[in-house]
Amino acid sequence: MTKPESILFFGTCLIDMANPEAGLAGMRLIERAGIRVRFPQGQTCCGQPAYNAGYREEARRVARLQLDVLAGDEPILVPSASCAGMMRTHYPRLFEGTPDAARAGQVAGRVVEFCDFLHRVLRIELNDLGPPIRVAVHHSCSARRQLLVADAATALLRRLANVSLVEPDHAHECCGFGGTFAIKEPEISSAMAGDKAAAVAATEVPLLVSQDWGCLLNIGGTAKQAGYAYRVKHIAEFLWERTEVAHEK
Amino acid sequence: MTDARDSILARLRAARVDSRPEPSVPVRRFSWSRRETVERFRIGLESVRAQVHRVDDDWPRMLATRLRESKVKNLRYGPDGPLGEELRAGWPTDGPELIAHDQPIEACREALFTNTDAGFTSCLGGIAETGSLVLWPSRAEPRLLSLVPPVHVVLIEADRIVPTLHAMMSEQRWSESMPTNALLISGPSKSADIEQTLAYGVHGPEKLIVLIRGEDRPTGDRFAGQPEAID
Amino acid sequence: MRSEFRLRAERSLASQRARGNIRRAMDGLILKRRAAFPDLDELERLRDQGQAIRDQALANLPELLERLERRCATNGMHVHWAEDAAEANRLILDIIRRHGGHAVLKGKSMVSEEIGLNAFLAGHDIEPIETDLGELIIQLAREHPSHIVAPAVHKDRREVAELFARHFPEEPYGEDIEHLTALARRMMRERFRATRIGLSGVNFAVAETGTLCLVENEGNGRLSTTAPDVHIAITGIEKVIARLEDLAPLLTLLTRSATGQPITTYVNLISGPRKPNELDGPHEVHLILLDNGRSRIHADPELRATLRCIRCGACMNHCPVYHRIGGHGYGTVYPGPIGAILEPQLQGLERQGELAQASTLCGACGEVCPVRIPIPDLLNRLRFEQAQGRALRHGRRSGRERFLWRLWSLIHASPASYRRISGFVTRLRILARIRLGPWTRTRAAPRIAARSLHVLAQREGFRDD
Repeated sequence: MTKPESILFFGTCLIDMANPEAGLAGMRLIERAGIRVRFPQGQTCCGQPAYNAGYREEARRVARLQLDVLAGDEPILVPSASCAGMMRTHYPRLFEGTPDAARAGQVAGRVVEFCDFLHRVLRIELNDLGPPIRVAVHHSCSARRQLLVADAATALLRRLANVSLVEPDHAHECCGFGGTFAIKEPEISSAMAGDKAAAVAATEVPLLVSQDWGCLLNIGGTAKQAGYAYRVKHIAEFLWERTEVAHEK
Repeated sequence: MTDARDSILARLRAARVDSRPEPSVPVRRFSWSRRETVERFRIGLESVRAQVHRVDDDWPRMLATRLRESKVKNLRYGPDGPLGEELRAGWPTDGPELIAHDQPIEACREALFTNTDAGFTSCLGGIAETGSLVLWPSRAEPRLLSLVPPVHVVLIEADRIVPTLHAMMSEQRWSESMPTNALLISGPSKSADIEQTLAYGVHGPEKLIVLIRGEDRPTGDRFAGQPEAID
Repeated sequence: MRSEFRLRAERSLASQRARGNIRRAMDGLILKRRAAFPDLDELERLRDQGQAIRDQALANLPELLERLERRCATNGMHVHWAEDAAEANRLILDIIRRHGGHAVLKGKSMVSEEIGLNAFLAGHDIEPIETDLGELIIQLAREHPSHIVAPAVHKDRREVAELFARHFPEEPYGEDIEHLTALARRMMRERFRATRIGLSGVNFAVAETGTLCLVENEGNGRLSTTAPDVHIAITGIEKVIARLEDLAPLLTLLTRSATGQPITTYVNLISGPRKPNELDGPHEVHLILLDNGRSRIHADPELRATLRCIRCGACMNHCPVYHRIGGHGYGTVYPGPIGAILEPQLQGLERQGELAQASTLCGACGEVCPVRIPIPDLLNRLRFEQAQGRALRHGRRSGRERFLWRLWSLIHASPASYRRISGFVTRLRILARIRLGPWTRTRAAPRIAARSLHVLAQREGFRDD
């Protein structure tokens, strides 16, 4: 893919409600690279929660709206490997044999995960203006295994001159969120999240960064409850802060 | 019984199956020299604690010495096996007792289980990739001879070592006539059932002694691990 | 009300010792597998091949089974078919009784666990003797295997030492693994010599030659199938493969995926009973082909992939849920990801459907499966079947879940309603109380933004068109 003139930004429902700053930072980063960013106001959710719970009709109903809203030719940027994975990999399956199959395939083919776009398509240069900091990175399972874009996140962070990256123990392992899994099997989910939060704490970093807010909601919430000192931040927000004087905290 | 058979098959036949072409089984080939093949075979076996020795035609004497040193009192062998005569003829008079294993198991079970220190067999060949001996037990060298005694001794001719199992099966056309029992043996018996920690000598032989006859001694080259080609 | 599965999982989670034992073992197995496949491209080619071989066998399953039966019969074996566990148990009992047997040497067999053979035989005054070290430990502890390859993986050496001390009080106590292993050898020796009937599972059944392939490290499998007069092999109907040469890649995948070994100590290829001129080996070999729900799985083109499984256990070795609750947490014969797709299909979604929910869909299992079973996709499919099933029944809880998803989909399928609801800042708080209740037990409540990205984007001038 070559650098496009404009893109559609799909913010995801989680970022929309729980961390809009990350979405905004993501859009600003892309805009700063000279690309027009459109945010379709009709967008809601990719439909993954229902799809993973086995409610395909309900998932289709919601996904169909996104097909309408995201019509066009521009790349669709998604600041979450999980949601991007749903759209890229599962939309074709979800709409297989329905009248929407063709446009589901078209939309799926245009979906690009945010870090992947910055790293691979824009080859973005990041001028780190922040003070030296050690940061742990968490890769979501979708980034690692479904879309294979975990390396992109790492590569972006490595471009920040004053940031040193730390990999927590058992980094390859899932944080235990898993959408409805956290609700249906809370004991196992909590045990996984507890181990993950503790592994990050053991690195003694002040900050955990990820390209998926779902994981960070899980790990961060667990860490806070457990009294660990580190904070969590979406990578889009982190990259933006490190490279913009005005927004630096 | 017939009912179960027919109804299982009927259900399987009712399933919708998209016809599938025969999978082309890509064969992993290694272009190892003879010497490298033998050397890999040795390294593979030694990595699982088999004792491997290069031997010449004086091997029975050398074996007798080794066994005596490790306090083996007797060695069972198949007198009609490919190496039976050679073993007997070369066996020193002061070596461990040689016991001919040529009776039906019903006649020698007790002796085999309770009063045999070591068993000797020939083998069909070896597999370098995995460090495996290939045995086709026979009337002359029955199945339990390589299994029940605490020590198993095998002599292998170096030129019978091939790179892979697939190579051996296809070169020797196994699929046309399989014996009652064919075995790949890669080291002495072992288990990791407690704490994933290897312990040798569980129910099969505690010690595996492999004698390789023929071929020059290796120079100790190191080898890269991957197949040359897969086609 | 917590489900049986949740209660069991909670118990397993509470057992810190077993959790530690399992975690250590799994960490080790992950590293060993990785080291066994140094060339990742070659691994992917092998997996393609493994999948193709298994797929082809399943596509031709009835023909291959008939061929296997014919070839085995030609080789002098007796082939039996069993619809279910009861029929298989009955067949085995009949064979044992016909030979006046009172005890059976058992090589490791998960299918025998599946049919509950040990309890059945014991109920008929026949002693099942587990000979694999791990299985022996489990039998002495009166437990079930917690892993399909390493049955006693949840126990450490001290637990085994204490167990052995209780059962073999005349033997010296020791916690050294070599000592414990040697003890097991001594205890089993006489049983191998004296027992007239042996039973084993099968790793692969080769239709072309009528050959049963068994892999093992200890030698107990060879002894159980060679020393007795009668050998009974039991296997699921899916274990058949077409050609002998298919064995080479499958064995490579199986042992490396399972334990990181290039090959097991023994690969035992059995193609018949003792011939008239041979001096040892069983006089009779029986092969029992068990269906027990497999033909039902085979009927579905997507779920059929479940039957590709070669039982290496790599999926559970890499599963974060298995790492936490171990095999006993699942409460089924086959645990871990493969169990989570297999058991609901064997036993029915009504009984084991929750297993399909017991996954974050993290994909670690699918990534390592040597025959590329798309386990996460199949879990998703089973969840779909479950949701469909709920629509038909009308359980109170099920009805509520369905209703919530319907409500959720209506909100998210309309920009207007989504905007209305999301504008209503308390939206997630309300939902949190209904649906996210368990979330906040171990986590701080998620922060809800004062303004949504929709609002901020508009305010910042990111246009819609």
